[in-house]
Amino acid sequence: MPLYHNDDQAMLADSARQFMAEEGNIAKQLRHWRDRDCPDGFGHALWEQFGEMGFTGILVGEEDGGLGMGHVEAGIVLEEIGRNLSPSPFLTSSVLAATALGHGSSDLRGRYLPGLIEGKSVFAVAIDEGAKHRPERIKMRAEKSGNGFKLSGQKDFVIHGASSDMIVVAARTSGSDDDEDGVTLFAVPKDAANMSHDAVRLVDSSVATHTRFDDVELDGDAVIGEVDGGREVLNAMLKAGRVGAAAEGVGVASGAMDMTVEYLKQRKQFGKLIGEFQALQHRASHLYSEVEIARAAVIKAQQLLDGDSEKADLMASVAKAKVSQTAGLAVREGVQMHGGIGMTDEYDIGLYMKRDRALSEFLGDAYYHAGRVAEMSGY
Amino acid sequence: MSDLEQFRQETRAWLEANCPAEMRQPVRDEGDIYWGGRRATFKNDAQKAWFDACLAKGYTVPAWPKEYGGAGLAPEEAKVLRQEMSRINARPPLSSFGIWMLGPALLHFGTEEQKKHFLGEIARGEIRWCQGYSEPGSGSDLVSLQTFGEDKGDHWVVNGQKVWTSYADQADWIFCLVRTDKENKYQGITFMLFDMESEGCSTKPIKLISGNSPFCETFMDNVKVPKSYGEGLPAQVGEINRGWDVAKYLLGHEREMISGADGGNTGTIGAAMKRHAGELDPVLRAELAMFDVDALAYGAMGEKFLDEIKVGKAHPAQPNMMKYAGTELNKRRHELMMSAGGSRSLEWESEETSGGKPSRNWLRTKANSIEGGTSEVMLNVISKRILDLPGS
Repeated sequence: MPLYHNDDQAMLADSARQFMAEEGNIAKQLRHWRDRDCPDGFGHALWEQFGEMGFTGILVGEEDGGLGMGHVEAGIVLEEIGRNLSPSPFLTSSVLAATALGHGSSDLRGRYLPGLIEGKSVFAVAIDEGAKHRPERIKMRAEKSGNGFKLSGQKDFVIHGASSDMIVVAARTSGSDDDEDGVTLFAVPKDAANMSHDAVRLVDSSVATHTRFDDVELDGDAVIGEVDGGREVLNAMLKAGRVGAAAEGVGVASGAMDMTVEYLKQRKQFGKLIGEFQALQHRASHLYSEVEIARAAVIKAQQLLDGDSEKADLMASVAKAKVSQTAGLAVREGVQMHGGIGMTDEYDIGLYMKRDRALSEFLGDAYYHAGRVAEMSGY
Repeated sequence: MSDLEQFRQETRAWLEANCPAEMRQPVRDEGDIYWGGRRATFKNDAQKAWFDACLAKGYTVPAWPKEYGGAGLAPEEAKVLRQEMSRINARPPLSSFGIWMLGPALLHFGTEEQKKHFLGEIARGEIRWCQGYSEPGSGSDLVSLQTFGEDKGDHWVVNGQKVWTSYADQADWIFCLVRTDKENKYQGITFMLFDMESEGCSTKPIKLISGNSPFCETFMDNVKVPKSYGEGLPAQVGEINRGWDVAKYLLGHEREMISGADGGNTGTIGAAMKRHAGELDPVLRAELAMFDVDALAYGAMGEKFLDEIKVGKAHPAQPNMMKYAGTELNKRRHELMMSAGGSRSLEWESEETSGGKPSRNWLRTKANSIEGGTSEVMLNVISKRILDLPGS
């Protein structure tokens, strides 16, 4: 398959770009909700519009009422989300949780997917335990209890945790912390007793929770996939989420770059447009080159994932690492080249810097994923 | 079975039958490359057999039209042939600047007679060409070149000096940028073809930091170049004084080639270091991992770039980006390989290193970001043509 969008995908990209620029732009969404100290960190009306556009069910199978599309298509929406810094539960709900639910029983799918497709339900994922993404180690316990399970432990960096109707939780049902096996995924409803959220606003104005589970009792039908066999579902979910986060990151990088290049063409100093200075031209051109390469890594990873290739895992980490590096460069260069105005809250470039920081950390930063590339390559 | 799949099967069978085992080994030294030309000799029977088989099939220049010595393969077919050859590590049967540089210029700008005559010679490996572009005072600023061809009616008298002429000392003919109008900077250069055995033409190899001498200085001292080599065979490609158009076209071509977009240097290094896995310094391991991320991402970029070129989606200046990123990546690759190899990689002459390959290759890569347009020039071009930045 060639590494560019086919006609249908190009059409989707056009409509996603237009929609997001009109409805999801920074003034209308990110700043609007931030300045009102919105406890969700995003607007539910936009989320419902996502539903009307059909975005919410992109990765949901047609038999469940979704569009049954792939990661290239989900990535198209994510890139526009990234470009506009549109706060939304798309990545956690329509990519991560939807992928997990795809492995769930028809009962679970019937319970949760219709709300997602409508843009009414919001989902979160609870994977991390601690400040760094280390999904190889799952400490949180789920003990057998009657017909179901009792969950205890703490999860961190649960984006939209307190705003979610359901949280996909990775817990250990057997074995020790670092075991590959013995992990089980649960769909935990928001009203589960003994679950408590400590919500914190993050640097990018999104809201995440430290979520405590103190003997949270769940029925057996809350299990997604097989008991003790959750690693497979978790890995599928992580792959999809990482490639999705990378796509969003390309949007963040391009948004920051475009804004910066535009600024170089307007700002005058020493009687010249600063874009005439070769020192800045070369840095902008280097950035362009990195963004192009990052975008290529992302579409490659998306296609491998859609083709169910065994190389997808490696390329997912390559894409996540490359994009984290590149978006980081884009926002740093962006703020520097904007000069003093880049440090002001009034100007948007700083918002890109904040979003990149949070997005890069989510599901593993460049260092984590480069380490995975080394391991998968055998060194 | 699709036609392309059928073509793949046939190609595979043909390669199996015609590519000798000795020609399925990596190229170890200069002698393993067959350049063709008047003075060319085959290193061994296998090299000759492989060349002859490809020549008969049009596979020395597979994508060129049949009437000019090629096999007339469509781009997808040529890609299949490349893939199948690389699958068995088959060496190119013939390498030359005629194939990579002059050929594409002639295909685009040449007269019918020039195509028949010169392309045929190139395809058959009869004439080895070299490229006369850079001059001592004209490197990145190529258009300032001073080598002058004085109009003497039916011939030119060429005086001047070229530098960095690859393998000029072994070439038979040169395609050379010669100023033919001193008043007109861009439209005063002619893309001339002439015989290196012409009186007054001489070469002197330049010894590089790698210890090798792939480049020469080339001197033209009152070299007489006839304006025509026969009916429909002018001595220049394109029009007189419009050689800059040809040069620019070729530079774009060269950048694509150097960028390694066709599979040259997209490899990772970490995997090759597996045998050192336990002893790698953790910080070096981290550097290797970060490099591999970039190399794998660039590999995807190369693939995307080729896919987009095929359907005309690539930005026309994108080869400059590929050249910049690919060559900088390759320099970093060799820096890391030197570090991973430790003191062994410092050996300048030893059997274990096949005569100092690691260090010589490392030094060679430093030219990657200079030849065919420096990285800085590439960044200038991106600024101007892609980002549309002012005043550049």
